[in-house]
Amino acid sequence: MLKIDNLHASVEDKNILQGINLEVKAGEVHAIMGPNGSGKSTLASVIAGKEEYEVTEGHIEFDGENINELAAEERAHKGVFLSFQYPVEIPGVSVTNFMKTAINETRKAKGLEDMPAKDMLKLIREKSELLEIDRKFLSRSLNEGFSGGEKKRNEIFQMAMLEPKLAILDETDSGLDIDALRIVANGVNKLKNKDNAVIVITHYQRLLDYIVPDFVHVLYNGKIVKSGTKELAHELEEKGYDWIKEEVNA
Amino acid sequence: MDLKEKLLSSFLVFENHVDIDTYVHDVRNDAIKIFEEKGFPTKKEEAWKYTSLNKILKEDYCMFPQQENTIEYRDIKKYFIHDIDTYKIVFIDGKYASHLSQTTHDGIDVCLMSSALSKPKYRILIENYFNKAATKDSLSSLNTAFSSEGAYIHIPKNKLVEKPIQILHFSTGNESATMLQPRNLIVVDENSHVQIIERHQSLNNNAILTNSVTEIFANKRAIVDYYKIQNDNLNASLIDNTFIKQKRESVASVHTFAFGGKLIRNNLNFFQEGERIDSILKGVTIIGEKQHVDHNTLVHHIEPNCESHQDYKGIFGENSTGVFNGKIIVEKEAQKTNAFQANNNILISDKATINTKPQLEIFADDVKCSHGCTIGQLDESAMFYMRSRGIPEKEAKALLMYAFSNNVLSSVKIPEMKQRITKIIANKLGVNIGFDL
Repeated sequence: MLKIDNLHASVEDKNILQGINLEVKAGEVHAIMGPNGSGKSTLASVIAGKEEYEVTEGHIEFDGENINELAAEERAHKGVFLSFQYPVEIPGVSVTNFMKTAINETRKAKGLEDMPAKDMLKLIREKSELLEIDRKFLSRSLNEGFSGGEKKRNEIFQMAMLEPKLAILDETDSGLDIDALRIVANGVNKLKNKDNAVIVITHYQRLLDYIVPDFVHVLYNGKIVKSGTKELAHELEEKGYDWIKEEVNA
Repeated sequence: MDLKEKLLSSFLVFENHVDIDTYVHDVRNDAIKIFEEKGFPTKKEEAWKYTSLNKILKEDYCMFPQQENTIEYRDIKKYFIHDIDTYKIVFIDGKYASHLSQTTHDGIDVCLMSSALSKPKYRILIENYFNKAATKDSLSSLNTAFSSEGAYIHIPKNKLVEKPIQILHFSTGNESATMLQPRNLIVVDENSHVQIIERHQSLNNNAILTNSVTEIFANKRAIVDYYKIQNDNLNASLIDNTFIKQKRESVASVHTFAFGGKLIRNNLNFFQEGERIDSILKGVTIIGEKQHVDHNTLVHHIEPNCESHQDYKGIFGENSTGVFNGKIIVEKEAQKTNAFQANNNILISDKATINTKPQLEIFADDVKCSHGCTIGQLDESAMFYMRSRGIPEKEAKALLMYAFSNNVLSSVKIPEMKQRITKIIANKLGVNIGFDL
C-alpha cells in the first residue's frame, strides 16, 4: 500500500530525512520509534503532504502511484490520514461542521453527492459512541479549549469518520492518561481490518501494548537504522536508545 | 470647474427647488458655509491620513439625476433580505420609489425624509432632532446642505417593532457619474426596540459617489440594532457618516459588513449622554483588488457607568488597503467606564495593506479600557491540518476566514441576515460550504 524509497526531505535547507525505505502492506501495523529529533514527525508530515518540507530525493508510492507531487487534500482523498501530535485549534468551526465539510469535500473529489444529513448524523452518533465522546463535545469549536486527551480522542474520532486506508498516528499517546489511552487504542483496533494499515509513531512502548505492531522500526538521524518485531519495542523500553546510537556510530 | 465649486453653485439651484422651511433652510445655509470654508478633507488632516479622496473627486458628477421608474422588484430582489417580512424604504438615484417600498404610519412612522421636512405635523420632531447629532465636519455639512431625501423613522415609546426595516439606496448609473447625498433620521423613544438594515447598491458600472448621513437617537432604555451591508461594485464609493446619540440605559449596536466598493469610508460616531449605556460597534471587512475600506470610529463616554464594545475583523487580499482608526474619549465625569476595542486583521496578499490606529483619550481615573490590534496571515498550521483532512486549499481558507469573522457574525440577531452575510462571504470567496455558522 505504502512504499517509501530512498526518501530525503529537508526544511529550510536542513536535511531531516536522509534515505528512508519503508514498505507497509494492507493489514499491517508498523511502529516507528526513535529518540527526539530523529525525524519521526517529519516523516509523518511528509507522507501527509506538508508543503514546508521539500522532498529532495526518492519517492513515496501509495497504492502504486507516486504521490510526491500531490497536495495534502489529494492524499487525504486517496485515503491517507495523519493524526496530529499537536492538533490545531480552530475557533468558530464546530467539530460537527468540520467533519461534515471534510467528508463532503472528500466525496466531491470522488464524484459523489454530499452525504445525506440523516446518514451523516447516524455516522457521527456511531463513531462518537465508539470513542466514548459526549454529544455536547461535538458542537464545540474544534480543539479549542480541549484537554490534551480530548484533542487526541477527537483525532481518532475524525479518523473513524473518514475511514482512511492508511492512518499515521503521530505520538497519539502523548498527553493521554491510561483510561483515555485505552479508549483511543480500542477505537483504533476496532477500525483495523485486512484492507487498511496503521503507522504508529511513538516514543514509548506503552501504546504498543494496546495497538500491537507487526513491525517495529527505529529512526535515528533521518534513517531507519533497525527494524524488527514487537520484541524490539520491549528491548528499547528496557535499554533506551543509547545502544542503537552506539551501534550506528560504531 | 472642480467638484467643490460645482457643489456650491448647485446649492443655489437646489435651494430654489425645495420648500423654504425656516428651520431647515437656516440649517442648510449654515452647513454650506461650513463646507465652503473647509472643503473636502485631505490627507493633511490626521483623521484622513490614510484615505485620499482625490481620485474619486475627479469625476464630473451629476447632482440631480433624472428620475427612473422602470426598475421592477424582480430586477433588484436579490439585494433585499426577502425571505422575511420587512418594512422597506427604497430610493432610486436619490428619489423615493413608492412601488418598491413598504412604509407605515400605523403606530410608528416609517417613511420619507422629504415628507418629514415638509409636513407641519413633523415640525417639532425635526426641530428637536434634525442635525442635532451630526458633527460640523465638512462632509456631514455638505450632506446637510443638500439634505432633502432619505429615510425617516420614528418609533414612539414602548413599541417593539416586529419587522426589521430595510433602507435601500439604488443608483442606476444612467448618468455617467452620479453623486448622491441621502439623509436618514431615526428616532427611537423610551423602551422601544427596532432593527434596521441599510444598503447602498449601484446597478451598473458608472461612477457613483454617495455621501450619506444617518442620525440615530436612542432614547431612554431604547434598543437599536443597525446593520450596514456594503457590497457594491468597483466604481461605487461610499462615505457613510453615522451619528448615534444615546440616552440612559439604551443599547445601540451597529454592524458594518464591508465587502465591496471602490472606496468606503465609515465615520461612525457614538455619543453617550446618560448612565448605563451600552454601545456596540462591530464589523467584518473582506476586500480585494484595489479596494479601500476605512473604519473611523468614535465612542464618546460622557457619563459614568457606561460600556462600549468594538470588534472589527478585516481580511485584505490583492492590492486592497484597509484603515481602522478607533477613537475612545472618556470624560472626567465618566467614571466606571468599560471600553473595549479589538481590531484583528489578516493579510492574504503581499501587496495588501492595513493601517490600524487606536486612539484613547482618558480623563477619568476609575475606568477599564482595553484595546488590541493584530495583523497576521492565515495560520499555516491550521491550513495543513484542514487540508490533511481532505478540505481543499480554497475551502480551507474560506473556513478559516469564516472562523475569523465568527465573533462578529454570531452577534447578528436576525437569522436571515446572518445567512445572507454568510452567503455573500461564500460567494466572495468562491466556495460553497454546506453549513451556516
